[in-house]
Amino acid sequence: MNFDFTEEQVMLRDSVARFVQDDYDFDTRRRIAGSDEAMSRDNWRIFAELGWLSIPFAEEHGGFGGNAVDTMVVMEQLGKGLVLEPYFATVVLFGGLLQRGGSAAQLEHYLPQIIGGECLGAFAYLERQSRYELADVKTTATRMDGGYRLDGEKVVVFNGASADQLIVSARTSGAQSDEGGISLFLVPADAPGVERLDYRLMDGQRVANIVFSGVELAADALVGELDKGYELMQALVLEANVALAAEAVGIMELLNAKTVEYTKTRKQFGVAIGSFQALQHRMVDTFMAYEQTKSLLYRAVCAMTDDNEDAVTAIHALKVMVDRAGKLVFGEAIQMHGGMGLTDELDIGHYAKRLMMINTTFGNGDYHQEKFNALRYQQ
Amino acid sequence: MDTSFAPEDLAFRDEVRAFFAEAYDAELQGRLASKDPKVFKQAVIDWQKRLHEKGWVAPNWPVEYGGTGWDATKQFIFESERAAAGVRDVVPFGLKMVGPVIYHFGNQQQKERFLPAILASDEWWCQGYSEPGSGSDLASLKTKAVRDGDDYVVTGAKIWTTYAQHADWIFCLVRTSSEGKKQEGISFLLIDMKSPGIKVNPIVSIDNHHSLNEVEFNDVRVPVANLIGEQDKGWTYAKALLAHERTTIAGVADSKRHLAMIRDYAASEVNGGKALLADPLFQTRMSDIEIELMALEFTELRVLASVAVGGAPGAESSMLKIKGTEVQQALQALEMEVAAYFQGVLPNELTPEQLGHGFGSKARQSFMYGRAATIYGGSNEVQKNIIAKAVLGL
Ligand SMILES: Cc1cc2nc3c(=O)[nH]c(=O)nc-3n(C[C@H](O)[C@H](O)[C@H](O)COP(=O)(O)OP(=O)(O)OC[C@H]3O[C@@H](n4cnc5c(N)ncnc54)[C@H](O)[C@@H]3O)c2cc1C
Repeated sequence: MNFDFTEEQVMLRDSVARFVQDDYDFDTRRRIAGSDEAMSRDNWRIFAELGWLSIPFAEEHGGFGGNAVDTMVVMEQLGKGLVLEPYFATVVLFGGLLQRGGSAAQLEHYLPQIIGGECLGAFAYLERQSRYELADVKTTATRMDGGYRLDGEKVVVFNGASADQLIVSARTSGAQSDEGGISLFLVPADAPGVERLDYRLMDGQRVANIVFSGVELAADALVGELDKGYELMQALVLEANVALAAEAVGIMELLNAKTVEYTKTRKQFGVAIGSFQALQHRMVDTFMAYEQTKSLLYRAVCAMTDDNEDAVTAIHALKVMVDRAGKLVFGEAIQMHGGMGLTDELDIGHYAKRLMMINTTFGNGDYHQEKFNALRYQQ
Repeated sequence: MDTSFAPEDLAFRDEVRAFFAEAYDAELQGRLASKDPKVFKQAVIDWQKRLHEKGWVAPNWPVEYGGTGWDATKQFIFESERAAAGVRDVVPFGLKMVGPVIYHFGNQQQKERFLPAILASDEWWCQGYSEPGSGSDLASLKTKAVRDGDDYVVTGAKIWTTYAQHADWIFCLVRTSSEGKKQEGISFLLIDMKSPGIKVNPIVSIDNHHSLNEVEFNDVRVPVANLIGEQDKGWTYAKALLAHERTTIAGVADSKRHLAMIRDYAASEVNGGKALLADPLFQTRMSDIEIELMALEFTELRVLASVAVGGAPGAESSMLKIKGTEVQQALQALEMEVAAYFQGVLPNELTPEQLGHGFGSKARQSFMYGRAATIYGGSNEVQKNIIAKAVLGL
């Protein structure tokens, strides 16, 4: 029994924490959020130099060969800085899909580029009607001479506006919501027939709706097996949810600390508001909610690294708790800051918005609760 | 025990319904939704003028000052119909807050000077109570008013002042004495926003809008004629007003409309092949809120009925405020869940057709701004302290 990080993991954690501390204060972050791309390419180069972009990838491709613990360590610290650079979209999602399903040629071509910071990626999977059902795919890839023709639309694509390469889920057979018959394709973002409409989300991200009109793809654009894209996505999404949960845990820790600190200094009625038991007990509740979420995160990560069959259940449970605990934590943080908590100037609201977007990414709490129920209680 | 409407009430309801259907027209609604603050402000004024022409802009004012003289039932019907039709409420600062203070506690001259312009929406008011150091503990406020001849000289700062950027006048609590209990040295002053020495600094809130402000007072001269009632007695007047603010804060009628809207959205969202509204877990989330709201509607009626026979809205209004805002926030949170990943969308140039969604940005805005409802008007914690003390005797 041991919950310690390895020496390498401690170094990795400290390196991300130091960057957030020294180079990503809230004013800097605000400036980046307001810039054209809502991210800094200079920072991305720094991430590459520091080796963060190589974490999950195999050593043979120049990667660090890390596992779920390593990704967790990075995401937790990135969460604390509300870092906008597309680590999740490029490394966890785009890179993660390639790593799981890419051909030897694809791995050899793209992984070094990701690791070197030269390729920004995105995973285009959401459609306007799909909600949280990964299998609800209307976008089609039709067989044609020597390849495929892609038609359809994806929405709210993270990093979709800046990405160089996209991985797109498309239907190659079956009906709209069938799990079978979905395939994944690599699509250059500047390919003819790709149209991007970009816009911003409340957590500072710049995302895009992407329309594909008769986009011609070569046969080797396929990632993984034909018609088997759903399994690939599902496996990726489990990992991605754990990464998001780690980010959320980092945010919750910070929100709690900031709130406790504020209630120690804010005075009303001649005393610090933190001296009111009505608030103290609630801060104890948010503290415990954070600790419980962290425990489930560790449980899920351990199950994953052991390839334990409990992993899926644990990840559903984790995402439910991230939703519930996250809402409790950000709700109390805003409330206890009073009018200050309502200002755009203070960071509290921005952490809240990121937690909210995490909850809507790859299934909200209720979605995962229903999956959990089905796994545990279905007769 | 009877809550059914008399025939004349039903006739009144039809009249109100018909009026809203006609007067709150599409052209006006378009202007009210404008992102241009000037267009928005003028639209609000135009709407309130229409209500005024009809004689309905101040349902709760006594007839002698230009009110309707409606009984509690008619006021309830009016409010229900307003919300059901999606008609925005009037800006409260003049009509619901300072107006009643002026006709209760002001002198004849003040009534003549200010009430007609409030009713006609010719003057826009804002509320200057809170200060950077005085929120929940409002009575600790420090903005000073020092008597100098026929003027007070006001120095200090107010914060969270909603719509100060639009306002012609601000009603303020100021400190005129630092002796005795802190509540006893506070006075109620009406201040012209055009006075030299006033500076308004905008505050952007977490809904990415500008409605809040900080208002600085640097040696602002205010005629003594603008003092309400007696010097050092302002707290009493303000307290009467706070209780009033809290009976309207439950927002039952608006919550009923919001619930109906969310039900419609959830009926057209498809989740895993069936309507979201058909999902048992979603139904439970929604009915948890609706059940609270059903109860709250009758809690509000019970309070209104007791006020109608002369009971002052006391600690009961604290309960309405707490429960009302909890329901509002729960509905806002539910709407966000219905909007799923579109909940984060900020205002942009895309049409709903291009975006693929219609209400995400609106849900976000109302959820984010909605966090304030448990903070302003006396935070919910402060309301619970009041109930613990005044009702439970703790
Ligand atoms: C959107 C918005 C609009 C507003 N509009 C106006 C306006 O137009 N004019 C105006 O004058 N003011 C306005 N306000 C200000 C509002 O009235 C204050 O924010 C409110 O009184 C709380 O004060 P505060 O922000 O200083 O918080 P604080 O008083 O510092 O409170 C911080 C936290 O401590 C809690 N707390 C404080 N005391 C206790 C206690 N004894 N026991 C338990 N908990 C306690 C509070 O409930 C809160 O959660 C507005 C505020 C907002 C957010």
